[in-house]
Amino acid sequence: MIWDLHCHFPGFGGRTPEEAVEDMLRLADRMRIERFLLYMGERFLHDPTEAELREQNDWVLRAVARGRNRVHGLVYLSPAHMRTSLAEFDRCVRDGPMVGVKLWVARRCREPEVDAIVERCAAQRALFFQHTWAKTTGNLPGESSPNDLAELARRHPGVPLVCGHTGGNWTLGIRTVRSLPNVSVDLAGSDPTNGFVEMAVRELGADRVLWGSDAGGRSWASQLGKVMGADLPEEDKFKILGGNLKRLLTPILTAKNLL
Amino acid sequence: MIADTNVTLSRWPFRRVPGDEPEVLVAKLRSQSVTEAWTGSFDGLLHEDIGGVNERLASDCRKYGAGLLKPFGSINLRLPDWQDDVRRCHERFSMRGLRLHPNYQGYGLGGAPFIELLEMATERKMLVQIAAVMEDERTQNPLVRAPLVNFAPLAAALKRVPEARVQILNSGRLAPQLRQSLLAAGHVYLDIAMVEGVYGLVRLLEASPAGRVLFGSYYPLFYLESATLKLQEAGVEGAAREALLSGNARALMAALQ
Ligand SMILES: [Zn+2]
Repeated sequence: MIWDLHCHFPGFGGRTPEEAVEDMLRLADRMRIERFLLYMGERFLHDPTEAELREQNDWVLRAVARGRNRVHGLVYLSPAHMRTSLAEFDRCVRDGPMVGVKLWVARRCREPEVDAIVERCAAQRALFFQHTWAKTTGNLPGESSPNDLAELARRHPGVPLVCGHTGGNWTLGIRTVRSLPNVSVDLAGSDPTNGFVEMAVRELGADRVLWGSDAGGRSWASQLGKVMGADLPEEDKFKILGGNLKRLLTPILTAKNLL
Repeated sequence: MIADTNVTLSRWPFRRVPGDEPEVLVAKLRSQSVTEAWTGSFDGLLHEDIGGVNERLASDCRKYGAGLLKPFGSINLRLPDWQDDVRRCHERFSMRGLRLHPNYQGYGLGGAPFIELLEMATERKMLVQIAAVMEDERTQNPLVRAPLVNFAPLAAALKRVPEARVQILNSGRLAPQLRQSLLAAGHVYLDIAMVEGVYGLVRLLEASPAGRVLFGSYYPLFYLESATLKLQEAGVEGAAREALLSGNARALMAALQ
């Protein structure tokens, strides 16, 4: 059972969300990917306006509607627009089909505004996903590092949070969140460097490691290769490829009758 | 049956990697049906005793894998008398190719030494592999940074040595326009290790003349399965699959004979 934590529209075919999702499902079948989470719209916007946030989420809502229960959405929010973000959470998650939140690079997640978003997620048992990178070449001004996520995680010890990309620089990212049991790491969107998954399991335990791809910008093949090629027992691979994500999403999927 | 054109022995300088012991590497390659591996050395990035690097590489390739590993010697064009390293690779170790890491050694492809190397390799019927990048710039050690190799001067160099055979390893980050101009400029070959995007391989195959894209995994620094799964993702089957997995590599070596 393979569930992908991390997909976007760019890189796939199709001119509409419906066409795009058909293309995704066709390719997903080829790679035996059963379900995937989709977030953000037809293009990447670092610091979207309120209207752009709504448009981006509308794309995902249309894709989810077409996705035959194999495509689940995360609502794209921005701490720069809290009123709209909380309204979007209610529209897309509380009252809609989406199952969690995606925060990207508009503002760093250690900012106090983010607390309200985490609290909403906790109330709905929605997944909280934060992009993180620790770039040798320097982060964007609003781009969170694993340190920012660790700071947020310490303020919300009971709420499951996902450390997107494991910080990219994963040897650092793994260490940074190691002592925070509420943080899981996302394997997506970095080169398939050998040893990544083995180190994540050694330091965090297999239960805290989630497979995601960052397709279509990344290849499903290169990202699946990280787990398929890892020197780990099959039961760990099963958890990483989908078991853990299913466990995290089961409460909200059950509540929405989407399981 | 796979000819993997992008395999490396010895130690990645920044951490241990599963598969960096030759027995483990060979077992893994075999388990994935790799029957021939063009193998360089991570020592070739930073060591200055290149003679020693190539001697160890040749010896390990003899010792492990019963002929599976084909050594590709390192040449550092900034070192005095690098020409003798080429000669030894060819004459003493019977190597079929060389592997360059210009971005770890601080030379470009525009100078006279690179032309001279292309000429020497071509005379000796050796393939010249150039690794475009070994690690994402965003994750490199901040004190040891190596940007993507500048391939812009390669087209002019190939005009000077038109019979040269050059393979760009880890070429996935090259701008498509530059990549296309190089493919048109001479006998330039690519691998698939760093090809990214769900349609990355499909587009690369569409854009490349027949025979120019070879299987290369960048194992053990990359998980080997990353490369093998790309054929499944791209739906490459039948003759195209055979060509990509091994036929194109065999044809390239035959053309060098
Ligand atoms: Zn992403």
